[in-house]
Amino acid sequence: MSYLALTDADRDAMLETIGVASLDELFADLPAGVRFDRALELPPALTELELTTYFEQLASANQRREAHVSFLGAGLYDHYVPAVVDAVLQRGELLTAYTPYQPELSQGVLQAIFEYQTAICELTGMDVSNASGYDGTTVAADACYIAKHVTGRSKVVITEATNPQVRQVVKTYAPGFGLEVAEVPHRDGATDPDELRAAAADAACAIFQQPNFFGVLEPAPELAAAAADAEALAVAHVDPLSLGVLEAPGHYGCALAIGEGQPAGNHISFGGPHYGFLAARSEFIRRMPGRIVGETTDAAGNRGYVLTLQTREQHIRREKATSNITTNQTLLALAGLVYLSWLGPQGLRDVGETCMALAEYAKERLGLPLLFSDRTTFKEFAVRVGRNAREVVREALGQGVHPGYALGRDYPGMDDVLLVAVTERRTKAEIDRLAEVLGT
Amino acid sequence: MKLIFEKSRPGRRAGRIPGPGLPAPDIPGELRRAEPPRLPEVAEPDLLRHYTELSTRNFGIDTGFYPLGSCTMKHNPRVNERLAALPGFRDLHPLEDEERTQGALRLCFELQEALAEITGLDAVSLQPAAGSQGELTGLMLMRAYFAERGEDERRRKIVIPDTAHGTNPASVTMGGYELTNVQTDPRGNIDVDDLRAKVDETTAGLMLTNPSTLGLFDENIEEISGIFHEAGALMYYDGANLNAVCGISRPGDMGFEIVHINLHKTFSQPHGGGGPGGGPITVSKRLEPFLPAPAIVRDGDGDGGGFRLDYDRPQSIGKVRGFLGPFGVFVRSYAFIRAYGPALREMSEVAVLNANYLLALLRDAYELPFDRLCMHEFVLSARRLKREHGVTALDVAKRLMDYGFHPPTIYFPLIVPEALMLEPTETEARETLDAFADALKAIAREAAEQPELLKEAPHGTPVGRLDEVKAAKRAVVRYQFEEHPDLSAEPAAAGVEAPKGA
Repeated sequence: MSYLALTDADRDAMLETIGVASLDELFADLPAGVRFDRALELPPALTELELTTYFEQLASANQRREAHVSFLGAGLYDHYVPAVVDAVLQRGELLTAYTPYQPELSQGVLQAIFEYQTAICELTGMDVSNASGYDGTTVAADACYIAKHVTGRSKVVITEATNPQVRQVVKTYAPGFGLEVAEVPHRDGATDPDELRAAAADAACAIFQQPNFFGVLEPAPELAAAAADAEALAVAHVDPLSLGVLEAPGHYGCALAIGEGQPAGNHISFGGPHYGFLAARSEFIRRMPGRIVGETTDAAGNRGYVLTLQTREQHIRREKATSNITTNQTLLALAGLVYLSWLGPQGLRDVGETCMALAEYAKERLGLPLLFSDRTTFKEFAVRVGRNAREVVREALGQGVHPGYALGRDYPGMDDVLLVAVTERRTKAEIDRLAEVLGT
Repeated sequence: MKLIFEKSRPGRRAGRIPGPGLPAPDIPGELRRAEPPRLPEVAEPDLLRHYTELSTRNFGIDTGFYPLGSCTMKHNPRVNERLAALPGFRDLHPLEDEERTQGALRLCFELQEALAEITGLDAVSLQPAAGSQGELTGLMLMRAYFAERGEDERRRKIVIPDTAHGTNPASVTMGGYELTNVQTDPRGNIDVDDLRAKVDETTAGLMLTNPSTLGLFDENIEEISGIFHEAGALMYYDGANLNAVCGISRPGDMGFEIVHINLHKTFSQPHGGGGPGGGPITVSKRLEPFLPAPAIVRDGDGDGGGFRLDYDRPQSIGKVRGFLGPFGVFVRSYAFIRAYGPALREMSEVAVLNANYLLALLRDAYELPFDRLCMHEFVLSARRLKREHGVTALDVAKRLMDYGFHPPTIYFPLIVPEALMLEPTETEARETLDAFADALKAIAREAAEQPELLKEAPHGTPVGRLDEVKAAKRAVVRYQFEEHPDLSAEPAAAGVEAPKGA
């Protein structure tokens, strides 16, 4: 096996040092009844060359048709990932490190996380950020757990216009947390602040998405105020790439800001790995889940970084910890940091404006009836295609275009609705092609 | 070194995106961003240099020996990076038409089959993002299982040994269960008498790592299994230490019905400084209906059959993460499994050989609390150094850095005072183990002769020993621009240093 280094002579000498006659003797503690007495039924070992051939086959089976243009989003988006991101992520010292338990050997990762926390705070207008969570769904469950402990209440509210997968994950976690989940319906694609206020009356938190799953801009400041009126924590689930043009949750009174980091610096990669971000007002710092990096000094006064506030965490507090999280998504969060540094504030604004402008162009060019015609949208919008949207997708695929996500699976009564995502990677020519394929 | 924010200059930028030549969008005033975020403004050469310099201030398995117990820091084959970056995987959207995702679904399906075989169980969910999420998912499965049997109200207790990772008790709380701790006996096994007294009809299950965090295989596992099965409770296997037993002993054959696997440990997904990871779970037939949805299924047999996602799982606990899980991790780990095939057994055998060899070299220099052959890792105690020379496990760990090694896990498991937990893994050469043992022996001598050398260690790292108490007390967790405090001007904080865990 090419990943093993011991020669036969090594093995013999080592067994002798240990004082056993054979490898088998090392397993003397295993009761006979639990020993595995046959070979694992796995395909035979492959060399690197063979591995490459097989995986290339699998990968190309995903592209059986000619290369196509995609307007598919619905939570993960085809934004450009610059080469510098991949270059940094392949630095072996960062790629192959474990969690930075020993800070003197981990300043690279620790400082990167500190910078990431800063970037997330700047994006969201919050005071503190953790080192990242698993993805944009699980950070919503994390937010609920924080809110439960902060408020002592046993219900959470989430808007129906929030990403269905986020809602599903919250519902999966809720029983273990001792929480009930209530949903607030959308009215013509957006949430009514009065309805949210009423629903949040006895709730620990109210989660809404901005822009929401339909791409619609929610009256976010009013929703945050409505939650605050009900003494529930306002939690905004935001698209990081919208925050160059859209107001930051921390600036309109949210207690927590969460989101899916993929649009900022991660390849789509069939759904992961990505990072979720979770930022909060400073008063909640000791309830935050996961790792947090803090600044300090060594004895000589040199600045350095360490994992901090560890008394929140499972390896110290065990059953009283704020979360069971140990793995976060450091490498993917680092990708986000490098990406945001590559863009800078002006670049971030350019991306947001470009997506939005192209989406407006697409709306006009398609000329299909908008599901929510009175609403402002960001980079995604819902249109009625006049028949089953899944069929429309299938037909368009035959012409080399993926026209968007068929919403009927998540929202009853929307079988004829297509959710079209337009990123800065799409061109006017591609949008024209989409219009042609959809026959508009 | 400076932060990227401190290198920022107004007007600099690295990336530009094409302008579409369209009118600027109209955003209602109250929703429009008033003040731009203060992201770094840097040119690309400086951006790359900054992160390259950061990488030189970090230690990975590529840098050197990294015997961090319970973390299985083995070689990360580079071919796996290349495979995960194939455009057919990297750029694939999970909501793509299934006809266009057959290669990815096949990969997931084959990985599931491999994990089921390795763990000796029947069904798999790849969804959990990490081991700890796999644990929580496992507890949710227990809850769903007992709810269906009408026993959920009374089965509230989860039994955990005192050697367990902190994630286990934390997961118990998050899963809405109550914790029952069980003791370890003098041989390092679960104390079966203590266990027998604590398991009854109110017990939902056991969470166990086997081999344990002491690196010891529980010799009474069959008896333990009998106790839980008699009580109608379920057994959960924490796969953190699966690297010890691949092809040698299978959790399913030990009586466990839920297993999580840390793909970033046993199956070599690079951990990236703390993530990504992967925590798939495998379960017995009777727990399959409760697994997270969707399931990846194959229609028909053999190569003719297609793969699809099955959302019609009425008894499922729901989703625990977006989409199918961290797919890029699946690519790397499946490639790792295919590189070994049935020789995964040899992988585990060599991991155990390396650990026992290192133990043999070190047993006289440090105390060995449980004097047995170990599995893939072992725990030493620096208690004697502390008693005789005032040198702690932390001092030993810091001094190891000066010898060019990453320290082992320290102060864990909690039942061993001044614990040093060492896991060399199978990918290390004998001469590396020899050099490391020489360093630890030299440090034991230094503890007697020059204890201050250890207490002030490390000496050769980019920063010296850092003041963790000050970090926690001041809680400076982001750059504050003009208001950023100068912590070097503040005196050292008093107090005990925070212990480290795995």
